[in-house]
Amino acid sequence: MDILIEGLSKAYDNQKAVDNISFEVHTGEIVGFLGPNGAGKTTTMKMITQFISPDTGRITIGGKVITKENIRGSIGYLPENNPLYEDMPVMDYLSFCGQLQGIKKNQIDQRIREMIVMCGLDEEKHKKIGELSKGYRQRVGLAQAMIHDPAILILDEPTTGLDPNQRVEIRELIKRLGMHKSVILSTHILPEVEATCDRILIINKGHIVANGTAESLRSQATGKSILLVDIEGAPRTVIEKELRLMPGITGVGLSPDHRLLEIECTDSQQTARSVYKMCVSKDWMLLQMSPVETRLEDIFRNVTLN
Amino acid sequence: MRESWIIARKELSSFFDSLVAYILLIAFLGFSGFFTWLWGSDVFYHKQASLSTFFNVALWSLFFFIPAITMRQFAEEKKSGTIELLLTKRLTDRQLVIGKYLACLLLVAIALAFTLPYYVSIARLGNIDHGSTITGYLGLLLMSSAYVSIGLLASSLTSNQIVAFLLALLAGVVFQFILGSVGSGQTGWVGSLLTDLSIPHHYDSMSRGVIDTKDVLYFLALTFLGLMLTEVVISKRK
Repeated sequence: MDILIEGLSKAYDNQKAVDNISFEVHTGEIVGFLGPNGAGKTTTMKMITQFISPDTGRITIGGKVITKENIRGSIGYLPENNPLYEDMPVMDYLSFCGQLQGIKKNQIDQRIREMIVMCGLDEEKHKKIGELSKGYRQRVGLAQAMIHDPAILILDEPTTGLDPNQRVEIRELIKRLGMHKSVILSTHILPEVEATCDRILIINKGHIVANGTAESLRSQATGKSILLVDIEGAPRTVIEKELRLMPGITGVGLSPDHRLLEIECTDSQQTARSVYKMCVSKDWMLLQMSPVETRLEDIFRNVTLN
Repeated sequence: MRESWIIARKELSSFFDSLVAYILLIAFLGFSGFFTWLWGSDVFYHKQASLSTFFNVALWSLFFFIPAITMRQFAEEKKSGTIELLLTKRLTDRQLVIGKYLACLLLVAIALAFTLPYYVSIARLGNIDHGSTITGYLGLLLMSSAYVSIGLLASSLTSNQIVAFLLALLAGVVFQFILGSVGSGQTGWVGSLLTDLSIPHHYDSMSRGVIDTKDVLYFLALTFLGLMLTEVVISKRK
């Protein structure tokens, strides 16, 4: 089901946590919610799940304005920090969640089995939740969010605290599920967003500051391109000086690992050609030259630090 | 109602899964049993086939027992964040409050059920007044219901269990002692109002075997008020 959010605002004690944001999520789409801590991600998610109600604005799901009463069964929610009942065994907990989601008695065991297989909980299913490692607890959290097969999944930092292997597994799981559902997930891990999400929303101080696919965000973040070059044949200061004199180059510096020169320019292709020509004319050796894609980190920093 | 019952069942089983239920049952039965049968102005001292001694002692055991079972109900859910899980499922705030209330009251009822052997024993010792025993139990249940709702309200106000326990105990002290003693020192309508609001004023006559609709209504109103306020507190969240 499509989610449409229009003009959503929420203030805590006169401080606006979320300020007039609008966006939509379509079926089969995984949207990554990015933003610094305290940007309003969690507040927005809590409003979509109707845990808290917005001050103003409207949330429509599948064409219907949502209320506490009509939303509940169609959303699966993994809250921040994945709260769980530590003293309950996994199976009992899933059964409890299933019952609360209104699954019929004769289907509940079937659904629990499916969740256990899907989330890889088979070996741990009889343990108490408190005895599980963080990765397994996260799986239990995902299992409870999906037990009633909701059309919408809202996941607040689903991969925090997992090791890289577990992260890949959970990511694959979300991708698989996301084919038929609308998924909103928030995270701090930028490569993860690129790997998992179809679209990225960056939110800062309660406003949406970027919205699009990773590619479209890159192309929007125009301005400077970066070339990494390695030139031999003259002292570095001389090379730097020559480079600075060339048209189209706005800055020259060392790369973060101090091995290569970093050239900031307006048009990387044009600059690459003229750097090559210059090396030929000076009889310098061009050992390496590679354009650097604008990193998501840079885009993130650009739109959130101002 | 189905949802409330799911919550109540889960809470009851978590009472029994952790040691809470057993410790409290043993403490309750031990305490009330000791003072009913063995020590002080016990049954044998009065030489009457009556459970009135037990009803007086049970009142005091429940006074501590109930805040101990209600303290974690909302405080812990708030602290661990699980309340967010619950209330984003098909469960309204009211259903959650009623579910927790049922679980706590049922645990009290279970504790009281374990004292039925007292009743049987005394009935065999002499000619017991069945009517007043039944109203005594009814009075205990009604009073417990009021205390449970006060305890739940206290628990909903904080995310610290100890604070919840102390708040509930404090409210208990007000209803148990302060209203009555201040009320008896006052004259006119203020005095009678304060006395009317105190719990012993309504409980004592029930434990003697008198059922007055006023007393029943008093406990039911207190329960209702407590649960309603709890729901209001729960619905105000950030």
